Amino acid sequence: METIFALLIGLIFSAALYLMMSNKLVRVLLGIAILGNAVNLLIFSAGRLTREVPPVIPVDSYIPLEVTANPLPQALILTAIVISFSFFAFFLVLGYRAFQDLGTDDVVEMRIAEPKGEAEPPLGY
Amino acid sequence: MAANKPAFDWAAAWVMDPTPLADWLLVAPTLLLMLGGATAIMLRKKTDIQPWIGIGTIGLVVLSNILLLAHVLNNGIVSMVMGSWLPPFGIAFTADAMGVLFALAASIVALCAAIYAAGSIEQSERRYGFYPFLMLLLCGVTGAFLTGDIFNLYVWFEVLLISSFGMIVLGNEKRQLDGAMKYAVLNLLATTLFLVTTGLLYGMVGTLNMADIAMRIPQLPENAPVMGIAALYFLAFGMKAAAFPVNFWLPASYHTPRIVVSAVFAGLLTKVGVYALLRVMLVVMPEGREWLSTLIGLVAVATMLTGVLGALAQTDIRRMLGYIVISGIGTVLAGLAVGSEVSVAGSIFYAAHSILCMTALYLLAGLINLLGGSYSLRELGGLYLRSPLVAACTLVLLFAVAGLPPFSGFWPKVMLVEGALAGGMGWVAAGILVTGVLTAITIGRFWIFIFWRGGPEGVTDGTQVVVQATEEKAVIPVTVLIPLSILTGLIILIGIQPEGVMAIVQKGAAVLVDPATYVQAVFGVKP
Repeated sequence: METIFALLIGLIFSAALYLMMSNKLVRVLLGIAILGNAVNLLIFSAGRLTREVPPVIPVDSYIPLEVTANPLPQALILTAIVISFSFFAFFLVLGYRAFQDLGTDDVVEMRIAEPKGEAEPPLGY
Repeated sequence: MAANKPAFDWAAAWVMDPTPLADWLLVAPTLLLMLGGATAIMLRKKTDIQPWIGIGTIGLVVLSNILLLAHVLNNGIVSMVMGSWLPPFGIAFTADAMGVLFALAASIVALCAAIYAAGSIEQSERRYGFYPFLMLLLCGVTGAFLTGDIFNLYVWFEVLLISSFGMIVLGNEKRQLDGAMKYAVLNLLATTLFLVTTGLLYGMVGTLNMADIAMRIPQLPENAPVMGIAALYFLAFGMKAAAFPVNFWLPASYHTPRIVVSAVFAGLLTKVGVYALLRVMLVVMPEGREWLSTLIGLVAVATMLTGVLGALAQTDIRRMLGYIVISGIGTVLAGLAVGSEVSVAGSIFYAAHSILCMTALYLLAGLINLLGGSYSLRELGGLYLRSPLVAACTLVLLFAVAGLPPFSGFWPKVMLVEGALAGGMGWVAAGILVTGVLTAITIGRFWIFIFWRGGPEGVTDGTQVVVQATEEKAVIPVTVLIPLSILTGLIILIGIQPEGVMAIVQKGAAVLVDPATYVQAVFGVKP
């Protein structure tokens, strides 16, 4: 099971990275969204893929009676999902504003902060 | 049913002793900043009192960090677990001398930025949340310096990252959107890589507490991929710290926001990456650092040299300072490459110095723009006549950043060169010294062009500007004067009296070089 997941995660990672290497902003943003999901799946698999009962302790006991599922990766993923979702929302707005103001969705053409052919530094001294 | 329960020893799961009052200092800075940030968000339309909330809160944080530093110096490493759950189950906050020194330096520069911003950030930008973002950014930075849990470190990284996004687009200019896009995407990629690596590390050791990981890694089987994880961490944190060759987001973005925002970024953001590198490479996986040490050395030298050469080639002084920030990161990495106690102490010292010095230089660039009306080396000139005081202050800060005595940059460089020579990495020492010479040339040009020559390019020395200077006296606003005096004063003080800081960084380095003390402080027993 882990092997299949590892291959799947690798596939999703490569899709995300391929999209992020594009120079169109929309593809970069889609790549970011997919990357977040690839990471979540990776953490989930790193916490071992098992078919166990939920980690609930019976009323008359202090420790679980049998082997239970590992709840920690799910807590980690929940945190990561919330963070990556909020970042993606921010990026959508930032990307749209950049498209509106800079008039392009091509990251190669976004050269306002670092214009081409800038004046060379002064010589002398 | 409940009566049948076996007798339970609560001490097996909980810290039974109540937390000593002094240990609460550990969470005080982050708590204060969250409260201050929330208050400032609620009162965001009252733009007149925003600066007071910011300055007041960060002032309290500075005090609390000073007390915490004293506590750590007197009693050794302080550790506290959330919810009193025994480590490694509760999320641990662990403060050693290095973390608290960085947290203190960070809060001082944030205080200076808060004062500077009171005079330079417009009302509308205050309404868009400059002060809440500043406080939450500092909250993320402080949390990262004090946490003892690697996933928690990731969360603090995200807290500071999202706050920095808010700050970088403040003003909404075209060039800001351009810079912010590149900054945001590449930084998110770096933090995601950090998360990926943490996920893999968790899969390998099954714990997230840094002290616990440090204890478990030596017990792993031979074929465990520790080195791969160390290399991934080096890449992720190197990207955050702006190490060559993954540093191009920094010069693309640091010159675009408001100058006070650039100052905060230059002081704090890259240093968090450096801190994470020192912590993870030395405490959590020292074997990985040894294995990577030549690579770290090469990256350090390349970062130093490309940084300073990039600075030499700039016209815009903000971009020039951005490249100098990068060069400073290389210097800190040089100590990590060697890894001996004196080198690591030099790295910590240099990083703390760099926090103060780079913020001061960016604030100074804002002042130069105020006096000369430009950030371009071609258009500035003759400012000495307008304000000899500013010229002198600049010279102090530039000497400090180049590592020339008697200012704060000199001592850490001495330690780093000494450590590199003793550690058999003479080429790293050579890199530090060559960078020092090149930085001296860069700062010489900076000072001569802006202050010494008669006027902007094309003006014959000593003609028009003299007349101009007598006509209008330079008035330095008090919101600029106070932060610059605090920072310059500290830099001179540390340069002349380095013993105090030296003692702190040596304590910090001792913990990093011998992680057993760190583990012992968290778990209360020797591993």
